[in-house]
Amino acid sequence: MFADYTWTELGSIFAMQGFAGLILFSVFVLMALGLAIIFGQMGVINMAHGEFMILGAYVTYLCSNFVEAYFPSLFGVYFFFAMALAFVAAGSLGALVEWSLIRHLYKRPLDTLLATWGLSLILQQAYRSIFGAREVGVSLPNWLLGSVPLTDIIEIPINGIFVMVLTFVIAIGVYFILFRSRMGMQTRAVVQNRVMAGAVGINTQKVDRNTFALGCGIAGIAGSAFTMIGSTGPTAGQLYIVDTFLIVVFGGAASLLGTIASSFAISQAQSTMEFFLSGSMAKVLTLLTVVGILMIRPQGLFSLKIRR
Amino acid sequence: MNTLSNNTDFLLSIENLTVSFDGFKAVDDLNLYVDENEIHVIIGPNGAGKTTVLDLICGRTKASDGSIKFHNKELTAMREHEIVREGVGRKFQNPSIYEDLTVFENLELSFPRGRSVWGALTFQRDTDVTTRVKEIAEMVFLDTLLDKQAALLSHGQKQWLEIGMLLIQDPELLMLDEPVAGMSVSERKQTAKLLNEITKGRSVMVVEHDMKFVEDIAHRVTVLHQGKILSEGSMAKVQADPKVIDVYLGH
Amino acid sequence: MTSIKSFMSRQELIGILVIAALLFVVMPLAMDIFRLNLFGKYLTYAFIAVGLVLCWGKCGILSLGQGVFFGLGGYCMAMYLKLEASTPEATAIQSTPGIPDFMDWNQITALPWFWVPFNSLTFTLAAIIIVPAIFAFIIGTAMFKRRVGGVYFAIITQAIAAILTILIIGQQGYTGGVNGITDLRTLKGWDIRTDEAKYILYYVNGALLIGVLLLSQIVLKSKLGRLLVAVRDQEDRVRFSGYDVSNIKIFVFCFAAVLSAIGGAMFTLQVGFMSPSFVGIVPSIEMVIFCAVGGRLSIFGAVYGTLLVNWAKTTFSETFPELWLFGLGALFIAVVLIFPNGLSGLYRSYVAPLVDRIVSVRPRTGRPDAPPPAAGFGAKTTTKPAE
Repeated sequence: MFADYTWTELGSIFAMQGFAGLILFSVFVLMALGLAIIFGQMGVINMAHGEFMILGAYVTYLCSNFVEAYFPSLFGVYFFFAMALAFVAAGSLGALVEWSLIRHLYKRPLDTLLATWGLSLILQQAYRSIFGAREVGVSLPNWLLGSVPLTDIIEIPINGIFVMVLTFVIAIGVYFILFRSRMGMQTRAVVQNRVMAGAVGINTQKVDRNTFALGCGIAGIAGSAFTMIGSTGPTAGQLYIVDTFLIVVFGGAASLLGTIASSFAISQAQSTMEFFLSGSMAKVLTLLTVVGILMIRPQGLFSLKIRR
Repeated sequence: MNTLSNNTDFLLSIENLTVSFDGFKAVDDLNLYVDENEIHVIIGPNGAGKTTVLDLICGRTKASDGSIKFHNKELTAMREHEIVREGVGRKFQNPSIYEDLTVFENLELSFPRGRSVWGALTFQRDTDVTTRVKEIAEMVFLDTLLDKQAALLSHGQKQWLEIGMLLIQDPELLMLDEPVAGMSVSERKQTAKLLNEITKGRSVMVVEHDMKFVEDIAHRVTVLHQGKILSEGSMAKVQADPKVIDVYLGH
Repeated sequence: MTSIKSFMSRQELIGILVIAALLFVVMPLAMDIFRLNLFGKYLTYAFIAVGLVLCWGKCGILSLGQGVFFGLGGYCMAMYLKLEASTPEATAIQSTPGIPDFMDWNQITALPWFWVPFNSLTFTLAAIIIVPAIFAFIIGTAMFKRRVGGVYFAIITQAIAAILTILIIGQQGYTGGVNGITDLRTLKGWDIRTDEAKYILYYVNGALLIGVLLLSQIVLKSKLGRLLVAVRDQEDRVRFSGYDVSNIKIFVFCFAAVLSAIGGAMFTLQVGFMSPSFVGIVPSIEMVIFCAVGGRLSIFGAVYGTLLVNWAKTTFSETFPELWLFGLGALFIAVVLIFPNGLSGLYRSYVAPLVDRIVSVRPRTGRPDAPPPAAGFGAKTTTKPAE
């Protein structure tokens, strides 16, 4: 399959596909970070995670329209408000869902999976009723348009770079929240020993709610970032949910670094193969490889041997 | 202890057993021997590795190093159900019984026959089974409760049921993890009696905190501390050992 | 009579007789052939739901990939029927006559090797059972021998459903792609599209379902049935009673897979096509809801649950398509939060005591598997949802 290309062309193809893979990587990381917090720290399967992401995307869409219509002078920076708003919206919805649904099901992970699937159906239909079935896109401010030429064949779109930088910043932020802040310490304490954490005065219910809300809020930001590179439809979240779950499991559920590494491996594999095979076969092969590896190493790439 | 001794003399011989979790050695180069017909009690402070030793013997935890020989057969490479079929029974700390099933069914499932999928599908409840179940139920004081759903038993009765589920397998080595935890005084007495009765003709390893109970039953006591043996011998000898008093009994 | 009693309580005997009467007498009298055919289509999903009761309800293994097995059974059947419909005479206008039309559209000029054996009906019928069984065996062995269970198993089966769907849609030259395998006509020369054929297929389907219910009942009433529950509640205890737990799980997963495949094959026969829309993530998880609505612990409940959800789906999505998704979503949440034992749980708490009083002459003795008698502890304490 490589015979038709010269070496420079091949190099450029790999570079371009690699870059496309990096954008996919960013989307995966943004979505998987939220999931990894919720699944890795709480053991809760949130099948509606994609819909929380889409909520963020719709919030961004609304913001962009609102600012464009009423405050066109602020249009260059609206995206930062939108992102904050997306975080708040998705996070609040997350807290609500935790309070009304998830907290009753902590001991029944399989049932949580079904209930959150139900929630995802409701949210999808709600989006469809409110925003219509057609995909919507946001208009980007000028500074995000265009691309940077690297060589005469390779060009890098600016919005792609922006999303990657954003991903990087958010990943660092999550790391600090989980491992360097008091809230993260409490979360990890509750994960390791719920009874003891409660006994030393941590409000475990509040920690659960905050953790869930944080995971959902990050999904909201992911959705916000997602509008930079693609359009948003009611069912767009569902497209990514299985991939993202595989990523989290593949990376080793409790490991942040594992999540990022597995996002990278999967997105690069998929986008590189996509150029040479049809898109569907690339995806089949990627997923098959992941499932195959998980069958051999079910604990994922990064995991600890723990005392039972 | 002479590790070069011919270990066929023992029913169970554990040599140089080590297991580490991320560098933390829960059991560290342990040597331990159990004779036929011996009641061997393991005591020690929390985190000494007592339960881990039982887990290692029954295959629930895999050893990092060392060997566990039962009847001179290496157990460390076997899977749990194979170890059970060799004749090692294990009772857990919290009563683990099938709460949705009746006492009878709980015992019947533990009856050592029809253990393959096909065997279970074609299993018949014949007189062999019913007689044995009733016999065991009588031993563990549950003969009047055979049709009762196990979830409705008292905590002590659940412990007995689990002991019964092990007895019906007729294991040569019975391992009990805190068998009297959470029991009332009268239940404790009954359990001590039960243990004295069921240990005839088999070896028993017990992990226990209740010193009074240990004194009642133990032939031999091993004190574990940080995954290593601190002291070993008769109860009287162990109790007199200054090291033991220092880390454990003295408190 | 004693032999029946050993594997069926009075309640269960009534249960199966009521379903048989419903399938064979009431529905054919009450419905025209169009509606009956639709009802028959729902019944093919009931096979999956019954399998899920054993696998998920009893043994605690949630598979989100049952559509895979339904699809495998359905596609096996469809491949045979398609080959029979693609005689050189019938496909004379194609550039390569004698191969299925969608292959011709995709510039395939010879029948792929894996299609060839499906010229034989015997092979096809065997494949409907064996292919999904082997597939389930491979997945089950890989997962259960390594102690992968719970949500991990659910996610992996879901991923497999996704992979198979993408594969089928992507390889349209070999599979018919997103449209599936359509335009199926005859089975050994017998036209399956006539009303008469539809009646016959409906009855075959019903008889198979009754057969599957009886078979499942035998499994549940054997010691294996009790072991399933034991594995769900105390996996370690079962292991330390000398059983190889993974084999039990592999068996029940394969059993459920084969049931789904039978349903899939009957679906193809009755509806006349098979497509990837019955394989993927969304249909697979909907199949779980059929079982959950009926009651995850009751094979009879599963049948009613399937019929009820599908009837509701057809009715609502015809009249209020928007409401249906809200309703389905709410259903998922309700069966988890409010009715974890579904219809059969409601039946057992409220209706069964009445039925018992009517049909039983003498008071019931404490039979171990029957729901407890009214005295003392209510039905609430007996069953808890699988975790």
